[in-house]
Amino acid sequence: MAFERVKRTRKGDFQVRLPAGERELLRTLPEQLRELLTSGDAAKDPALRRLFPPPTTDDEAINAEFERLMRDELVAERIASLETMERTLEAERLSEDELAAWLSALNDLRLVLGVRLDVTEDTTVADFASLPDDDARVLMYTTYSYLTFLEDHIVGALAGGFD
Amino acid sequence: MATTAPVEVERPVADEDVEPDVPWIVIVWNDPINLMSYVVYVFQKLFGYSREKATRLMLDVHLKGKAVVSNGPRETCEFDVSRLHAHGLWATMQRDR
Repeated sequence: MAFERVKRTRKGDFQVRLPAGERELLRTLPEQLRELLTSGDAAKDPALRRLFPPPTTDDEAINAEFERLMRDELVAERIASLETMERTLEAERLSEDELAAWLSALNDLRLVLGVRLDVTEDTTVADFASLPDDDARVLMYTTYSYLTFLEDHIVGALAGGFD
Repeated sequence: MATTAPVEVERPVADEDVEPDVPWIVIVWNDPINLMSYVVYVFQKLFGYSREKATRLMLDVHLKGKAVVSNGPRETCEFDVSRLHAHGLWATMQRDR
């Protein structure tokens, strides 16, 4: 039976219980996102455009100004969250801010994988079942599904603080 | 956290031929990737909405394709859009005409 991966403690921080195999998978992820954030090309990469969408659908002037004023800050924030997750990847206790950084980085990773896999609301594991095992999309979808699972646990633990 | 309250000033009524300040709205669009639970969490965290209100907005996004999540002057909406983008939501702003 699945156990709670992340649990709020009475002290207000969070207990993180992850099997070794899950931490191993998580360790492989940050570098991919860092590379995309630092050297990706939005003109060629829809995943990057998904992380940094334009703020209006039709006003090029506002879009350009927003990009000029906000882009660096948004990139820096994403990298800061990623670094917090990397630094605390082996931790069994996380502060609320650290866990929020994990959530931010994991959600970015899920978005990138989802775009790369062309995920729709109807996508299921069956869509990837017929692919050969060495197809890169098989591992990507496995990772995507795991992140869905872990993110749901993290959101559940964090959202408890609002009530 | 306490701050000094701004002094209320009675605003003169605008002349009818002056274009009134058109407020802006912030729209979150449906996407197939973000989790419903995550979207509710983000609305609660960023806007301080109750779970009920955040859930209602999330369902509008999910079922109707979009929802207006905040409104105000352009600068406020730009800030909200940047916060939503930082959290991976697909948000845009537009004049509320």
